[in-house]
Amino acid sequence: MTHWIARQRYLIDFTLAALARRKVRNIGLLLVFSLLVFAIASVMLFTSALRAEAARVLAASPEVILQRLVAGRHDLIPPGYIERIGRVRGVQRIEGRLWGYYYDPVVKANYTFQVLADNPPAPGSIVVGAGLARFRGVRPGNTLSFRSYAGRLFSFTVTEVLPASAELVSSDLVLLSEADFRAFFDYPAGHYTDIALSVANPLETRTVATKLSTLLPDSRPILRDEVLRTYASIFDWREGIVLTLLSAALLAFGILAWDKASGLSAEERREIGILKAIGWETGDVIRMKLWEGLLVALSAFLTGYLAAYLHVFHFSAAFLAPVLKGWAVLYPRYTLTPAIDGLQIATLFLFTVFPYAVAVLVPIWRAAITDPDAVMRA
Amino acid sequence: MIELKDIHKAFNQGRENEYWALSGIDLTLEGRKVTALRGPSGSGKTTLLTILGCLARPTRGRIRLKEEDVSGLPERFLTGVRRSTFGFVFQQFNLVRGLSALENVMLPAYPLGLPRHELLARAEARLAGLQLGHRREARVEWLSGGEQQRVAIARALINDPEIVIADEPTANLDTALSRQFMGILEALVDEGRTVILTSHDPLVVESTVVDRVVTLRDGRIVDPGNAA
Ligand SMILES: Nc1ncnc2c1ncn2[C@@H]1O[C@H](COP(=O)(O)OP(=O)(O)OP(=O)(O)O)[C@@H](O)[C@H]1O
Ligand SMILES: [Mg+2]
Repeated sequence: MTHWIARQRYLIDFTLAALARRKVRNIGLLLVFSLLVFAIASVMLFTSALRAEAARVLAASPEVILQRLVAGRHDLIPPGYIERIGRVRGVQRIEGRLWGYYYDPVVKANYTFQVLADNPPAPGSIVVGAGLARFRGVRPGNTLSFRSYAGRLFSFTVTEVLPASAELVSSDLVLLSEADFRAFFDYPAGHYTDIALSVANPLETRTVATKLSTLLPDSRPILRDEVLRTYASIFDWREGIVLTLLSAALLAFGILAWDKASGLSAEERREIGILKAIGWETGDVIRMKLWEGLLVALSAFLTGYLAAYLHVFHFSAAFLAPVLKGWAVLYPRYTLTPAIDGLQIATLFLFTVFPYAVAVLVPIWRAAITDPDAVMRA
Repeated sequence: MIELKDIHKAFNQGRENEYWALSGIDLTLEGRKVTALRGPSGSGKTTLLTILGCLARPTRGRIRLKEEDVSGLPERFLTGVRRSTFGFVFQQFNLVRGLSALENVMLPAYPLGLPRHELLARAEARLAGLQLGHRREARVEWLSGGEQQRVAIARALINDPEIVIADEPTANLDTALSRQFMGILEALVDEGRTVILTSHDPLVVESTVVDRVVTLRDGRIVDPGNAA
């Protein structure tokens, strides 16, 4: 065993020396290879992270949201609607929601004001998102004032700051009591922004939606599944386009690798001949070249993947953003949660490292099985 | 030590340019002796050397190495035999460019997987024995012809072979270096090794170090020399 390890170490040593000797060519190859992995991995990481993010955000949202439309525009839900829906079969829970946007001229940012049904803050106090707390420089216990649209100044005590790790959507959130919300926005009593419905049986959501449309013709039900599917298809479609473009690059790389490999230089051929003549077995030569291919491919893969990871999760996919603007509209300030998919890595690995190893090995094999007496006549 | 029986070697057999480089060689070489193969260019010296050194297989005929028939051995075993029994010094030296003298010397031992310090010590001793200790870290392409040959000899000796094979060892050397080579040859014999070489060089074939001169012509032995 130690003997075997020593042998592999010698082979690796030799391989490293061989790589160093053909520096320019190997660095060029490494660069192209890494770049390719980087590009593909960036797209893969980006899309899967967005998909995961969308699923996460939507998982918390209700199955159906009902909006009222007036002249094609989103309008308030007047009193009486909730009671009428209560009679629709299959609806498990109905909740009138209150939320709205507020522009803060102090920091020139938009906040989302929202009333939560489950233990809302006491009147006079608020819970704020981490981003907002940072911008306004507040901590729990501080007082925060906003001037309402009607011109009145409201002061609230901050009781809690939402953790920074929470979803990106909570960053600009202000949670407050229903009474404060209605007072701050002059929101008419009994009116709601929209209605959230939970449906017990997922198979029934569509039926429920149809019934709602008939019951309240001026309203529009929005199904979570549909939103999810729309997102997914947008992601898939865009990922598909980008990957198609990249597959052209992959092909070019394949040709390059094949060319490099099949065009074994005279120097390399000579070397293989010498090694065989002085007592290396064909297997030793092939193992040595396999190490060489693996070292190149693995380091390129690692470099490319790591760069892609940093690119997507630390630099907000800066290179992809212009190409994939559509996503940026869905998530104006996305800071994606790092997510790595093992299957994805395996796929990428299989489609880059494996073909390279094969492309390298085939001609080596041919050179390595030739008779060693040729070196006598070099 | 080595026994050849009716050795034939064809290149491009069965094709239009078929060429018989050796036709019926019978030869027995003794151990611990220096044998030189002589003959005009194209007479088959190098070809015979590759067959003696298990670098190539004869088209026909039998080879016995130390009482063992090696003509039928598969490539893998032949490589093993080559590694353990033979050391080669090629005419063009065939060093691996870009590696240091020391690394070149160690190359034939890599497949054996010896502990590194042991191999290093051995290689350094070989280089020092050939007055090359001070050049061990130098890349081989920076060495002079004579130094390159001595690196090649050190490499041939790293696995402590019984038989050293050299093709035209003095072809690329001037007279002084050729004499130095003959000195090294003598030392090899003193160590108990068998040496087989080819040469045109009178300085080699007429030297007292050489025990026997075999003369070839057109792929046949015309003078087997004094098989003492
Ligand atoms: N691979 C080969 N294919 C075809 N012919 C070959 C091959 N190798 C050698 N020959 C031929 O076999 C003959 C013997 O060659 P060999 O190299 O053994 O001669 P040699 O005695 O060593 O000559 P020199 O003194 O020039 O080195 C030559 O005519 C050569 O052209
Ligand atoms: Mg020759």
